[in-house]
Amino acid sequence: MKNKNLYNYILGIADNSLILGQRLGELCGHGPSLETDIACTNMSLDLLGQVRSYYQYAAKIAGDGRTEDDIAMLRKEREYFNVLLVEQPNTDFGYTMARQFLFDVYHFLMLTELEKSTDLNLSAIAKKSIKEVSYHKRFSSDWIKRLGDGTEESHSRIQTAINDLWTYTDELFHQTEADKAMVAEGVGVDVTKLKDAYYEEVNAVLEEATLSVPESKYFQKGGKQGIHTEHMGYLLADLQYMQRTYPNMEW
Amino acid sequence: MSEEQIKNLEEQFEERIARDEKIEPKDWMPEKYRQTHIRQISQHAHSEIVGMLPEGNWITRAPSLRRKVALLAKVQDEAGHGLYLYSACETLGISRDELYEQLHSGKAKYSSIFNYPTVTWADMGAIGWLVDGAAIINQVPLCSTSFGPYARAMVRVCKEESFHQRQGYEIMLKLCNGTPEQKEMAQDALNRWWWPSLMMLGPTDDMSVHTEQSMKWKLKRKTNDELRQQFIDQTVPQADILGLTIPDPDLKWNEERQSYDFGEIDWDEFWQVVKGHGPMNKARMKARVGAWERGEWVRDAAMAHAEKQQERKNKQVV
Repeated sequence: MKNKNLYNYILGIADNSLILGQRLGELCGHGPSLETDIACTNMSLDLLGQVRSYYQYAAKIAGDGRTEDDIAMLRKEREYFNVLLVEQPNTDFGYTMARQFLFDVYHFLMLTELEKSTDLNLSAIAKKSIKEVSYHKRFSSDWIKRLGDGTEESHSRIQTAINDLWTYTDELFHQTEADKAMVAEGVGVDVTKLKDAYYEEVNAVLEEATLSVPESKYFQKGGKQGIHTEHMGYLLADLQYMQRTYPNMEW
Repeated sequence: MSEEQIKNLEEQFEERIARDEKIEPKDWMPEKYRQTHIRQISQHAHSEIVGMLPEGNWITRAPSLRRKVALLAKVQDEAGHGLYLYSACETLGISRDELYEQLHSGKAKYSSIFNYPTVTWADMGAIGWLVDGAAIINQVPLCSTSFGPYARAMVRVCKEESFHQRQGYEIMLKLCNGTPEQKEMAQDALNRWWWPSLMMLGPTDDMSVHTEQSMKWKLKRKTNDELRQQFIDQTVPQADILGLTIPDPDLKWNEERQSYDFGEIDWDEFWQVVKGHGPMNKARMKARVGAWERGEWVRDAAMAHAEKQQERKNKQVV
């Protein structure tokens, strides 16, 4: 592939949205209220819409006849480059919102930079996505505040979720080889530069939510290299079920 | 109020309905009208919410991204229908929590069709095509029903349902134009959903308990048997286009009636499912009650936070 770095770079971004969209999709019909149910489905829809644009573009770059669905559903687990954060399960609504919030703040910062990309396709996708993600961030931040400042139980649950997921935040700012190459070309976002703004914003929301910022300095990584948590295989089993069971068919 | 006054009001009320005037929430209405509407609208809302489950079952496994997005959007539409039907029902003086309570305790019913399992992807097609198709036939007349909020909600519901039906049919069409394995999947889905879809239009007229009163209040415009016939006559040619066989050996065009004759419906099965013993009744209720119970701490937190915010605001004003 001529543009391997660009292709991998796009997957790095798109896989996050795919896996998070898939996780949110699991919740459809099972939310704590109709309103939150609709909102989570909405975020899933937004993310999967973005995914389609990214993969369609990636398929064009790959130029080997693969489609958006082949890219989405027919890779091996080791070939998905999403961060570990987004594949974490919907343990409860607290975990779902904590995962969302910790990703949304990053996602918004990243897209703001990606909009300036010299790659017009990526810039256009970013421009469209940023409006959606700004809503996601508002929704999840509001819920962090509500749960933190709600009841004793909700405070304790959301604090636990934040503490548990915190270990996956640092990976958001790791650079892959494809990242470095694309930053050099003016196409990619230098995620290392987003880190300070990220923690500043996250910490401010946690503070407003009367939650404490986790102090742990031990972080997990591996997703960006395709080394995932044990949850990932099951998520992919669902995601890929039809394509694997009935290969080469159109739906 | 004297009996005579009430009788007077009732007469005026019936006259208004006969003139096709809409009844609005604040208007006087007979208690029975209120109760019947609470029952029917909430039953409809519950059906939307429980109906999210069988289709939700395939969101994570949809075969392509396009289908996944379309299915998510469809199930979300159903949540939306539930939302405004519950709101329409609330105008009759009952809260959403009370309505949920009725659903969870088994006091309120929902459409029995959702007590069947979705076992293959083709079921997403069959549900859209047949179940939403039957629902539209049931619901279109409700766009001009007498109770204003219900009629207005139904206008929107019907528009979206008709989109869903086309989407479902399109899933079937794709399968039927696909590989033999895909076509077989489509036929299998039709075989399993055909009879429950016919049952969805309700018991036969001689068994139906609510028909007469409902006709008068324009909650019903045609009888169950008329609606069923309409559904069959409309659906058989669609199955022909797909190249699928309706699983009814007695199905035959009746030249004289200009309508299809069809076989005996298994009403024992219908009543078994209505009474709570269908393949998925227990699982559906467990999913609904489970979501509600697991969500309690979240709803409590939202309330507590809103109250705290209000207190803070009040303090600022002082």
